[in-house]
Amino acid sequence: MEPASKLDQNHRLSIKELPYIIRWKDHRCKRCGQCTAVCPVRAIEPSVKLRRVVFSEGPLPEPSVVRKIYHVIEQVTDIDRACTGCGACALVCPNDAIEPEYNPSNKFLHYKNKGGEGYKRGGRRNDPYISTLDRLKFTRISMLTDPALDAGRHEFRVRTLLGRILPSDKLPLIEKEGKLTIDEENDRFIPPVREIFPIMIGSMSVGALSPPMWEGLAMGVAYLNEVEGLPVVMCTGEGGVPPRLLKSRFLKYMIIQIASGYFGWDEIVHAIPHMVEDPAAIEIKYGQGAKPGDGGLLMAQKVLRLIASIRGVPQFVDLASPPTHQTKYSIEEAVAKMIQSMSMAWGFRVPVYPKISGTKTARSVLNNLARNPYAAALSIDGEDGGTGAAYNVSMDKMGHPIASNIRECYLDLVKQGKQNELPLIAAGGVGKKGNLAANAAALIMLGASAVSIGKYIMQATANCFGDEYNRCNICNTGKCPRGITTQDPKLYRRLDSDKVAERLVEVFKAANVELKKIFAPMGRSTELPIGMSDGLSVDDKAIADRLEISYAC
Amino acid sequence: MCRLSAITSNKYFSPMENILALETMKEGHDGSGLGLTLKDLGGHFEKLKTYPILSGICSKSGAKILDDYMETAGFKLKDIWAPKIRNVKGITQRDHYFARIYDYPASFKHKSLSEKEDLLMNVRISLRKLGESDGSIFVFSFYPDTLTLKEVGDPLQVAEFFSLDCDNLKAKIIFAQGRQNTNYAIYLYACHPFFIQGYCTMTNGENTAFVPIREFLTGRKFPGYIGYNSDSEVFTHILHYTVRQLGFPLTYYKDVITPLKESEIEKRQDSKALKLIKQSLRPLCIDGPNVVIGFIPDGTCFMVHDSKKLRPGVVGGVKGKYALMSEECGLDSAIPKRDKSKDIFPMKYDMVIIKPQAEEVIIWNQLQN
Repeated sequence: MEPASKLDQNHRLSIKELPYIIRWKDHRCKRCGQCTAVCPVRAIEPSVKLRRVVFSEGPLPEPSVVRKIYHVIEQVTDIDRACTGCGACALVCPNDAIEPEYNPSNKFLHYKNKGGEGYKRGGRRNDPYISTLDRLKFTRISMLTDPALDAGRHEFRVRTLLGRILPSDKLPLIEKEGKLTIDEENDRFIPPVREIFPIMIGSMSVGALSPPMWEGLAMGVAYLNEVEGLPVVMCTGEGGVPPRLLKSRFLKYMIIQIASGYFGWDEIVHAIPHMVEDPAAIEIKYGQGAKPGDGGLLMAQKVLRLIASIRGVPQFVDLASPPTHQTKYSIEEAVAKMIQSMSMAWGFRVPVYPKISGTKTARSVLNNLARNPYAAALSIDGEDGGTGAAYNVSMDKMGHPIASNIRECYLDLVKQGKQNELPLIAAGGVGKKGNLAANAAALIMLGASAVSIGKYIMQATANCFGDEYNRCNICNTGKCPRGITTQDPKLYRRLDSDKVAERLVEVFKAANVELKKIFAPMGRSTELPIGMSDGLSVDDKAIADRLEISYAC
Repeated sequence: MCRLSAITSNKYFSPMENILALETMKEGHDGSGLGLTLKDLGGHFEKLKTYPILSGICSKSGAKILDDYMETAGFKLKDIWAPKIRNVKGITQRDHYFARIYDYPASFKHKSLSEKEDLLMNVRISLRKLGESDGSIFVFSFYPDTLTLKEVGDPLQVAEFFSLDCDNLKAKIIFAQGRQNTNYAIYLYACHPFFIQGYCTMTNGENTAFVPIREFLTGRKFPGYIGYNSDSEVFTHILHYTVRQLGFPLTYYKDVITPLKESEIEKRQDSKALKLIKQSLRPLCIDGPNVVIGFIPDGTCFMVHDSKKLRPGVVGGVKGKYALMSEECGLDSAIPKRDKSKDIFPMKYDMVIIKPQAEEVIIWNQLQN
């Protein structure tokens, strides 16, 4: 006997369980089928229905009943094909006949673990609420006793330093006839230092990003540096560097990342003799805010020929970087060695710094680096950072907010008097709600020397659909409907790299103006107000106490 | 906004000249305090130049603590000077205003100047700590040939209170500040000029970069970098750190507080050194609006501005006597007989330096070095 559960459809999920419900308007739909073709997860499909219809044709009402076959668009309730809410269907619909609607009472996570496999996705922590960064306000307004500066007229230097700074009492200087010069007899190592714009583009790899997306960012960065005079730098992520870029003069705007998979490093190392410029820096990735404890992950479906060749791996295999560097035994020994090795590869001309995920143990790492004169910085990536692929549980539940993490690290350095020697780079949720400059300025005033952004850039330059309601977030599948995180030419040809570059330039120019609009009324223009915590307030006493800033309400 | 009046001369003069100059600039201060620092003293102190002078205020109980402490520390009291106090309405008289002249402890008599300076500073800090909580002891300076007077009130009234008009108190360098209280409580330790180991500055305008600068200075672990009841005290400590601790020539003070742009640094002969200095002392950059007037142990006086020049000052005078003022009218009061066309209004890259004994004025330009 057939079980009743099958007969009454009891095995199927109801549409109410799904995170997004497709609102389809029969009367507006012309059945062109574009929505079903564009849907990256095949959440909707054309279907036929047999319906009883009452109609009347003549001048007088003479209703008759017929049964007709109708073509409809139907939402699938298969959890693997659940609508992600990306809205690509609405974008292509010529008649406004379809759009997804968020279903706040969904039970998506209850079911998204089929086959005993945890739910994996891209994006960042699904927390749509306002972050601490967005609660911070700039309350020290200069006015009469200390005239405010004019963001439009005064000269501003919105720049920061990337690299280890020598302590002032250890500078190898001698005085000759009233002037200071470098003491040539002093063999003290002078670490390389770059002057950069304080907002950096964080690590997003070739492979995680599509060719036009990566190319667009790289072009935009080159334009910002060479035409606009904004020294913006970009981190390559773990995935190698396109060979032509390695040998071009534009490499100086790139921070090359080395992570636990060492993808692409055979090619990079072999290219060193042919490099005409040094990279801006080397970032050693030990952790990522979005998925602490996990290594990088590039799913097989994204490992096409180009990516395989850049990374030096076979095609169509999952590229899972280990959670930790295999050579790592202890921070004192292995991290120091790695910094040393990387520095040595470029003749100690390139700053080398580690990146860790936000954690309660960040201060231990920090203190170790503070004692290592070759460590060029410490990048801390908070829990709101993004990723191309990770387990949902890692993204949603693991990690540390960046605000208090960066603050305690900075104050630790202050105690040691080393706050200017080891720059801190803050990342993770900067610009989460669109307030890029304000979030960046707040982190700087808490003690960061620079901030790093990723997700914001994808949203602002390439219209990434992703948000904190788990919208889209299918970067891991290679089916990005915007063509940002895919290696499928059919998808990525939707993205125009020139447009990405143009938007990138606009984003940074605007952020530069907005930073000035924040710093000017606070009376700061010559140097970045790193650690100017008296400029900040928050309307929550507990946050104020934790961050050692003032409480204002 | 505070008003600043500094005069340097090759002849001894009375601090009343500074006070009267402050009086002409009265619109700018609210009488919340007067600070006076005198260097290269004449009159009563002319023959005591090598002995450290402890300047301060104390209560009767504080006097006893102070005496006990100094005796235990091995200092021998050589002389005491105290201003003659007159009753002036609005100024509450404290028990003792003093300048006590000591001889070094026997064990320090043949030590280097640097060691002596450290000893004097540590003693001053210890006394400050002893009397700070109950206000029983205020000590402003403890250094040879230097005297400091401070009190809350209108400058002219405070001068009358101290009987400066009929006292024989004279010096060759006198700094005076009429305080306009802004952010901070009216408090004697917040009153300029600030002094540490022969380095002295006074400033007007607020210091918007105060917190990062304070944190950097306290991180140097130098015992004298304390206080900061006024955001302007950091200017003195930056001067001390740059010139005494790091051994940089005085002009680098300007490079530290208002660093040049990278493109401007390239043009300087000392660009390599300057780049390193800019990086390593990045937190000491001031963002103004400030004019800083200061002196260093050899008697050189100077004036510098923030890089936006939001608080312009003026320097003028005749050979042998120059005044550095926050306002032109103050200069007119101090040195009326001068060629006004030669008055110097330092621009944003300038550091005006007046050699000891007011011998000559040099305008050092940061771009041209």
